[in-house]
Amino acid sequence: MRGLRPVNWKTLPGPDDITLVELPNGITVLARPNFNSPSIVISGYLTSGSLFDPNAQLGLSQFTAMALMRGTQSKTFQQIYDSIESVGATLGFGTSVHNISFGGRALAEDLPLLLSLFSEAARTPTFPNEQIERVRAQIMTHLAIRAQDTADLASLEFDNIIFSGHPYSRPEDGYPETIANITRADLEQFHRAYYGPRGMVIVVVGAVEPQKAVDLVRQTLGDWENPLQPVPPEMPAITLLESSVRRQIDVPGKVQTDLVMGTVGPARCAPEWLAASLGNSILGQFGMMGRIGESVREQAGLAYHASTSLNAWISAGSWEVTAGVNPENLQRSIDLILSELARFSTEPVTREELDDSQANYIGRLPLSLESNGGVANALVNLFRFQLGLDYYQRYPQMVKSVTPEMVLEAARLYLHPDRLAIVSAGPALGDA
Amino acid sequence: MTDSPVTLTQLSNGLTIHLKEIHTAPIISHWVWYRVGSRNETPGITGISHWVEHMQFKGTPMFPAGMLDKAISREGGYWNAFTYLDWTTFFETMPADKIELAMRLEANRMAESQYKPEEVESERTVIISERQGHENEPRFRLGEAIQKAAFASHPYHHEVIGEIEDLRAITRDDLFNYYRSYYVPRNAIVAIAGDFDTPSMLARLEELYGALPGGNPPAVRPPLEPAQDAERRLEVTGPGHTTYLQLSYHAPAASHPDFFAFSVLDSLLTGATGLNMFGGGGVSNKTSRLYRSLVDGELAVSVGGGLQATIDPFLYDISATVRPDRTPDDVLRVIDEEVLRLQDGQVTSEEIARAIKQARALFAYGSENITNQAFWLGYAEMFDRYAWFEQYTDRLAQVTAQDIQRAAQHYLVPSNRVVGAYLPTGGEEIGEEEE
Repeated sequence: MRGLRPVNWKTLPGPDDITLVELPNGITVLARPNFNSPSIVISGYLTSGSLFDPNAQLGLSQFTAMALMRGTQSKTFQQIYDSIESVGATLGFGTSVHNISFGGRALAEDLPLLLSLFSEAARTPTFPNEQIERVRAQIMTHLAIRAQDTADLASLEFDNIIFSGHPYSRPEDGYPETIANITRADLEQFHRAYYGPRGMVIVVVGAVEPQKAVDLVRQTLGDWENPLQPVPPEMPAITLLESSVRRQIDVPGKVQTDLVMGTVGPARCAPEWLAASLGNSILGQFGMMGRIGESVREQAGLAYHASTSLNAWISAGSWEVTAGVNPENLQRSIDLILSELARFSTEPVTREELDDSQANYIGRLPLSLESNGGVANALVNLFRFQLGLDYYQRYPQMVKSVTPEMVLEAARLYLHPDRLAIVSAGPALGDA
Repeated sequence: MTDSPVTLTQLSNGLTIHLKEIHTAPIISHWVWYRVGSRNETPGITGISHWVEHMQFKGTPMFPAGMLDKAISREGGYWNAFTYLDWTTFFETMPADKIELAMRLEANRMAESQYKPEEVESERTVIISERQGHENEPRFRLGEAIQKAAFASHPYHHEVIGEIEDLRAITRDDLFNYYRSYYVPRNAIVAIAGDFDTPSMLARLEELYGALPGGNPPAVRPPLEPAQDAERRLEVTGPGHTTYLQLSYHAPAASHPDFFAFSVLDSLLTGATGLNMFGGGGVSNKTSRLYRSLVDGELAVSVGGGLQATIDPFLYDISATVRPDRTPDDVLRVIDEEVLRLQDGQVTSEEIARAIKQARALFAYGSENITNQAFWLGYAEMFDRYAWFEQYTDRLAQVTAQDIQRAAQHYLVPSNRVVGAYLPTGGEEIGEEEE
């Protein structure tokens, strides 16, 4: 059609339009302007996370992150949220195994406010007793809901099996008994020991000149120091299962069964990650959920959702198939999925399948980067996984260079159909 | 609120066209909206609108099943569809130079979807599975019971997913006839936003959609729901350890002048919500009146509100997750106290100004995203006119403290509501077995 223009790859984030500054205290600041909308996003992380949680206090890192905005040396909980919500801004903290992550958005005029609240929450939280108990009650309710959620239960047990003995086997949100063990002093201690500027990354994207964004970050966070901040420890090795493990979790009163099956996947920085990711697209994503969606949903009509995901983190990942099925159809679904996994790990994908997924990966890149949030997320990942500032500009060529043989090699390396964790949660199988 | 001009026009077959050029990214988002949803359904065929939406992904002679999704994905696009009370919508967001595919596909499946019997049967089990997934959720079960109690005669009585008995009984011909009645140009809007040139886009739309027969969509006037005369209460029991309370008040239709006062009222009570469907995010609600009294007051762990823009009067929900050491009645009592404050006129202009600034911020976030901008182009037309959207923030800004007081006095009275509680039976042990 006339009036349409081809995609210009130079508009993707790259060294030419990303401002990168490292402050003397170890904070990396990245900024990229976008004046199409009068808003800004901040996003980033600190280099500590639930890997520092003692087993008896699992959930401590997350509890600490949730409590940061409950009161600071200069503001009460209500004053903090009054200032944020009054201008339609948001700010929040969360935890993963390796990182404390944070994110916020505001109208551009309110960026100084957002940064100053971030700084207060991250550096001078006071953990008021009354607020801590409210946060604890919220976590406990969340855990009670989780204990009834068939998808969550299956997923927790799956991680527990495939990552046995590794920090990835532990849920960041803990368990009721570990949350009950956490005191206010523990939160203070965790904050004092593990929150600091070294290795922190903060990204600012939106309607602000990059230099101004960098200056604002320097003014609010440039004097932050924490000599106690530890170096993250080495992660233990992960041992693959010797043979498949099958578990069923009975959840009385439910109607549908959630199924998770799969194995350990590549780390995000692993050389075969991209081939595994394209393979995963073919297996359970592309179009209406790839080969597995076609088999389980489209052909057999067994499930509303049946798909795969490749989750890749710093030291490993998981490669999983998930589906929600009627308990009567559970075994049939497992069998169909097993036969797809067997085919996928013994025969190369077709050239046409790979072409499709490669075209999808390249074509969707501009879509994933259209909003400030999308760009901020992309820039954070550049740093978290050490991908290089020109990664998105090199990406189309990298995607094109993957071959069916490379996909098969990645599948053979990771997806062993006889060494899977297969976990279902739902009505007791005899009751179906 | 939005800068670039919008083109509103209609083809000779009755198809409405809304176009907005946005040249910030090489992306186009293309939406087709149909004025059909669960509001159009009668007993025996509940859930049929949503099922038709599913069947629209099953192919035409030109775009056979399985080819559609592959073709969109191959070009790097994404697509989806939604069925709601008053409408059904399909969209594709694509790299700008690939949008032609989405336009050809939507025009083609407006007229030539096949509804093969074997596809109908395989989709029946998929949809029943979708419903069973919902039934695992306590809040779905509570919401469904409340909707049934709130509407005796109006089709808003049932959930969009439909009754399980109807999902077992609906036939291929039911589906096909429903499709042929409602999926016609005269009942549809094409809304497109993104990186295109309006005259060439209009010319291409005329080529693709202009020759389709306009159709005669049935005029639907569901029976008006008689005013409720007394409070209704219900309880749902089920597994778990968490108690939920939901209050649903009969609320004004989107086109009613009170709707905007009601929106600000909701913002004060339960926090700001915008009109974003994509990329908007929200604002937390920790300074809202009900958060302060219920969550800071240690009666609930969370609270939220929901006001839907609908053709006919629907419901305004207040939902709370009750703390384990409290009861739904404790929470209800405090909600009633907060409602009383609104009815007594305890609202300041500062609070209203704050709600307006929040709405402005949410609009700015929503406008970062072209898919969301295209959504906005069609959405309001499904329950009012496009002008409703254009005037949205201005009309919010005109709301006065007196308007809010009046709305609270008129709508937020016990006789106008259903109060539902999900009471967990607890007790059951989660078992685990190794095979």
